[in-house]
Amino acid sequence: MNIFYPVQLLADWLTYSIFNIVPNTTLAGVINFFIYDVVKIFILLSVIIFIVSIIRSYLPPEKIRVILSQKNKYVGNIIASFLGIITPFCSCSAVPLFLGFVQAGVPLGTTFSFLVASPMINEVALVLLLGMFGWKIALIYIISGLIISILSGIIIGKMKLEKLVESFVYEKIISRSVELPLITRKERIIYAKDYTLDILKKVWPYILIGIGIGAWIHGYVPADFLAQYAGGDKWYAVPLAVLIGIPLYSNAAGVIPLVSALTEKGVAMGTTLAFMMSVTALSLPEFMILKKVMKTRLIFIFAGVVGFGIVVTGYLFNLILM
Amino acid sequence: MIIEIIGSGCKKCKMLYDLTQEVVSDFGLSINVLYSTDINKIVNMGLISSPVLTINDKPVLVGILPSKDKLKEIISKNI
Repeated sequence: MNIFYPVQLLADWLTYSIFNIVPNTTLAGVINFFIYDVVKIFILLSVIIFIVSIIRSYLPPEKIRVILSQKNKYVGNIIASFLGIITPFCSCSAVPLFLGFVQAGVPLGTTFSFLVASPMINEVALVLLLGMFGWKIALIYIISGLIISILSGIIIGKMKLEKLVESFVYEKIISRSVELPLITRKERIIYAKDYTLDILKKVWPYILIGIGIGAWIHGYVPADFLAQYAGGDKWYAVPLAVLIGIPLYSNAAGVIPLVSALTEKGVAMGTTLAFMMSVTALSLPEFMILKKVMKTRLIFIFAGVVGFGIVVTGYLFNLILM
Repeated sequence: MIIEIIGSGCKKCKMLYDLTQEVVSDFGLSINVLYSTDINKIVNMGLISSPVLTINDKPVLVGILPSKDKLKEIISKNI
């Protein structure tokens, strides 16, 4: 049984009884689709962000650093990528995180695995994928994201790029352990509740706009209309989607409902996945901030390796999911 | 007493700075709230999240932008 059946009943009741829209018209479809998706996404967001925040309160980045500085290279890349899933990532923290990891002896490649996974596999993106595309696509996204971050970190580690990190970074070695302000269980719950509300407050306009435009496309754009421009057989669609995704970071919440509607109208699934990965993992503001601690060439290599991984993933799923 | 906000200069750090100033003036304290974008200070304390709020060089808030009430509570507990 679909656990969101009650939400469908609510959407039906609002559409037909309260708004009095004639059933089986395009408008009824659009309104019904909009209400159903909005309610479903907000339920999912509240529950999942709350759970992730509780787990996260046990694993602040300061603790993750201690874990990562004790692991060897390959294991480190894998653990860093997994830990990246539950860690929030704000470009505000990119520089202190980079400095703090590297100076505590976390290898450069491991640090990059974390820097890729943390924004790419975040709970808001996951909820939206789960809600708009279903669990299979959400799982494909997580697994490909993990593989990209693990491999990017290993490749960057192998390239021995330490010389491209600003020299002051390595001039100092810091202690790994730190006393963090203690938190009680009650405070964890309050933290998780506040964090969830905070995220909801931040993303709700984007989600409403995204789902709104998505619902409109769902109802009014002819099926397969976009297949002629961005179908699986168009070779340029994947790299183009990745390029368009780079400046869109802050709008991940609005972008996913929108691309879900585009997929329905003929954009190939691999192209959609590549686009979403680019939106979350490649962020222009983060690149600018990272310039404080690394040479531009390293930022280009970082973006290049991750971008290449995303393009390959896009082509791969365009082939598989055709 | 010294209250300082240290951050990478991002929006969240600036908002924390403004909020802290508000709370300090609500309490009627005549303290200058300092604002620094020297990331090394954060890293030297062993921390890696931004922004950080310190009272007399002791970090009391790390990596989050709290609600005004929560911030009031933290500041009143530490002064």
